[in-house]
Amino acid sequence: MKQFLAFVEKEFYHIFRDKATMLIILLMPIVQVLIFGFAITTDIRDTEVAVCDLSQSMESRELIEKIQAGEYFNVSERLLSPQEADNVFRKGKVKSLIVIPEDFSNRIALNENTAIQIITDGSNPNEANIITGYLQTITAQFAAEQHPAMQPPISFSAETRMLYNPLLKSAFTFVPGVIGLVLMLICTLMTSVSIVREREHGTMEALLVAPSKPLYLIFAKTVPYFVISLFNLAVIILLSIFAFDVPIRGSFMLFIGTSITYIFTSLCLGIFISTVSKTQQIAMIISLMGLMLPTVLLSGLMFPIESMPVVLQGISYLLPARWFIDMGRIIMIKGLGFHYIWIQWAVLTGMAGIFLALSVRGFKVRLD
Amino acid sequence: MGIKSIKQRLLRERKAIQAVNDGYVIQVNDLTKKFGDFTAVDHISFEVRKGEIFGFLGANGAGKTTAIRMLCGLHRPTSGSGMVAGFNICNQQEDIKRNIGYMSQKFSLYNDLRVWENIRLFAGIYGVNENLIAPKTDALLSRLGFMSERNTMVRELPLGWKQKLAFSVAILHDPRIVFLDEPTGGVDPLTRRQFWELIYEAVSRGITVFVTTHYMDEAEYCNRVSMMVDGRIEMLDTPRNLRSHFGVESMEEVFTRIARKATRNDD
Repeated sequence: MKQFLAFVEKEFYHIFRDKATMLIILLMPIVQVLIFGFAITTDIRDTEVAVCDLSQSMESRELIEKIQAGEYFNVSERLLSPQEADNVFRKGKVKSLIVIPEDFSNRIALNENTAIQIITDGSNPNEANIITGYLQTITAQFAAEQHPAMQPPISFSAETRMLYNPLLKSAFTFVPGVIGLVLMLICTLMTSVSIVREREHGTMEALLVAPSKPLYLIFAKTVPYFVISLFNLAVIILLSIFAFDVPIRGSFMLFIGTSITYIFTSLCLGIFISTVSKTQQIAMIISLMGLMLPTVLLSGLMFPIESMPVVLQGISYLLPARWFIDMGRIIMIKGLGFHYIWIQWAVLTGMAGIFLALSVRGFKVRLD
Repeated sequence: MGIKSIKQRLLRERKAIQAVNDGYVIQVNDLTKKFGDFTAVDHISFEVRKGEIFGFLGANGAGKTTAIRMLCGLHRPTSGSGMVAGFNICNQQEDIKRNIGYMSQKFSLYNDLRVWENIRLFAGIYGVNENLIAPKTDALLSRLGFMSERNTMVRELPLGWKQKLAFSVAILHDPRIVFLDEPTGGVDPLTRRQFWELIYEAVSRGITVFVTTHYMDEAEYCNRVSMMVDGRIEMLDTPRNLRSHFGVESMEEVFTRIARKATRNDD
């Protein structure tokens, strides 16, 4: 035990004296939350739209007013005819064009169905979908106001209601993803590199000649990263609650519990990577290319897993982050309990066991 | 702990004491290490007496480091047997590790720890009694004249100082034997001299020194010297006998004559 504590103390010195790394470790989660929250957001805000009002009536002006009123759209161009649309879209600023037909107000007056046309720049399909959805919602509200008691005059084929995340706020979905990414980076990358560093510098040899258990050394390496991970976890959660109003609808303790499981799995993975890497560069390449990149792209952090090709979906099953992000969303956003996440939890725990078993085996081979 | 294991342990300790009483702290018989088809160490046999400075010489790639690693329990021998500090190198590595010190050719202290933190760390790893750590640290620092450097980061020390410190740390737990693998590489002659003074001081405290080196003037400081060529021990004798055997003036020439037989390239 004394030996173990001596090792842990030394690891803390290593980390805290490496100011640059320390700064990165502590700032990274904050920067990532802010980037994902503000920049890579799929929310729309102040999107420029054009209007072609052929009706020129009170009703049409009201509708335009309504579109302009919210924080989502900014009516920046008014066209005289729909033919000008091409020109406007080519300039690229305007994302959507709303065409209000000539007979708009007449038909409303006669209680007949009428239709407005929404033309959206489809070069970014995701964004186009969201913009169209917002515009439809606004026009539906407008229709309902015109004739509160009656069938809406502007026809709609389906009523959409977004469960759990009615405003489609992307912050809700990215927070578990960022936690998954940051913890993986710290636990896996840093742990593997720091173990390999000892081997490269020759200090590992000095420790192996000492009557110390190599397992002590390895576990002592994970302790500081475990502590830092908990700290970062707290920072991300606080930041998402206070800056992005992300709720934790499910049990807070359950969420912390699953996060700790995930940290443990990532640490085991880091140890495993260290046993198969000869140099720090190799450990870093395995962690970054083999792990970070797939995690960003395939874990469901950015793109929905369901819409990936089957092969990539298969790969995503191998990523610890995929299972954690899944659990995070179920707990945080859907507010469900352990009953709904036990499969994901069991997979993560199983992964940890496998990595640990492989590393212990790998370590013995190295000592020969 | 069961009675049986206590008995076994006592038996082992007794054997160890017996071997030490015989005057040998290292006994090696036909020790061999193969890596695949490559025989790094090829049937070497020798003894080292208690309190001796035993020089282990050879060109790069002759197998010195592999041999040392087997003696320290880092490598398992492919065949052959050996006792170090009275323990079997094949199955009692843990007992051996408690009784030896080791300084590798790569610098093995931590650059980002202070001098005293390094001392404390290795004292902790070797299980030095908590109450003894402070006085031992003081004694070590004053012996080296490093009192004022207690709080210095090791990275800021000159190489020669680092190596003197590493040696002192390697014998902090009073081992029976200390293995030094090219301890003075890249150090100026004056510091090397000081380093050897430290070695002699350790010997006067009853520690046996097993040292590999490239410097032939250092070979002169050893009680006995073995010359390793291509994984075998080509000659083993006192420096004086070796010189007169070849009828030459210096160890330099002895080394050149013997190393000429090598067929292996550098590693």
